[in-house]
Amino acid sequence: MNAIDRPRSPDLQVWKWHLTMVLSITHRASGMLLAAGSGALAFWLICAALGPDQYAIAQAFFRSPVGVALLMLWSWSLFFHLCNGVRHLFWDAVKGYELPTAFASAWAVLVVSSALTIISWAFGFLVVGGAS
Amino acid sequence: MNYRAPLRTVRHYGAAEHGTGHWIAQRVSAVALIPLTLWFTAALLYTVFTANYTGAIAWIGRPWNTLALVLLVGAVFYHSQLGWQVIVEDYVQGFWAKTAIIMAIKLVSLLVAAAAILAVLRVAFGG
Repeated sequence: MNAIDRPRSPDLQVWKWHLTMVLSITHRASGMLLAAGSGALAFWLICAALGPDQYAIAQAFFRSPVGVALLMLWSWSLFFHLCNGVRHLFWDAVKGYELPTAFASAWAVLVVSSALTIISWAFGFLVVGGAS
Repeated sequence: MNYRAPLRTVRHYGAAEHGTGHWIAQRVSAVALIPLTLWFTAALLYTVFTANYTGAIAWIGRPWNTLALVLLVGAVFYHSQLGWQVIVEDYVQGFWAKTAIIMAIKLVSLLVAAAAILAVLRVAFGG
């Protein structure tokens, strides 16, 4: 079967950089990061099922500097994808397409997802005292 | 009866007629993931992250947590492979490469999700 000359998705380099397109590509990138994060979730659960020794391996990884950095990245990806996903659901309901609204909701997604990430980690470190 | 093949079929430009189902499945799993991911993040912060092995096993084994973890893993991997499918359809050229990659993503997602769900059930029911 020959390759068909179908219309292609716009390549990244043809876009002028502006906030709403940055959020669009970040939504996809954060989704890809979260796919890796779900692999880590599976790894953690499987280690828990295998026994204390294997659980200790997972525990050591998630509490190492690399593990904590990854968890921070995944937590922000999760909050971003969650907030921007809700923004997408509003668009699916044909609400919020006007440009000023789209830019306002973009800023709201950035502020809320970053705030939730910072609050979560501050709570984790200060209140629960977990990641030490 | 119409014996003429539509031009879109002849030229392979037509839709596969599966787009709407994919679109709806992505939204349904997204809505399911809102409470599930918020619950899991809160649980990680409150209990799981500080728990030792015994604490984590006890947490996974509590009935509501077991149920929510199974749903979370199922919804996460289902939603994830739907998303990867769109990315591959957008950026991978060529029918066979595209089909093979999408099929591999779906099968690996199913494998990892099944293993994770089995792990949750094994912890919950002993094994």
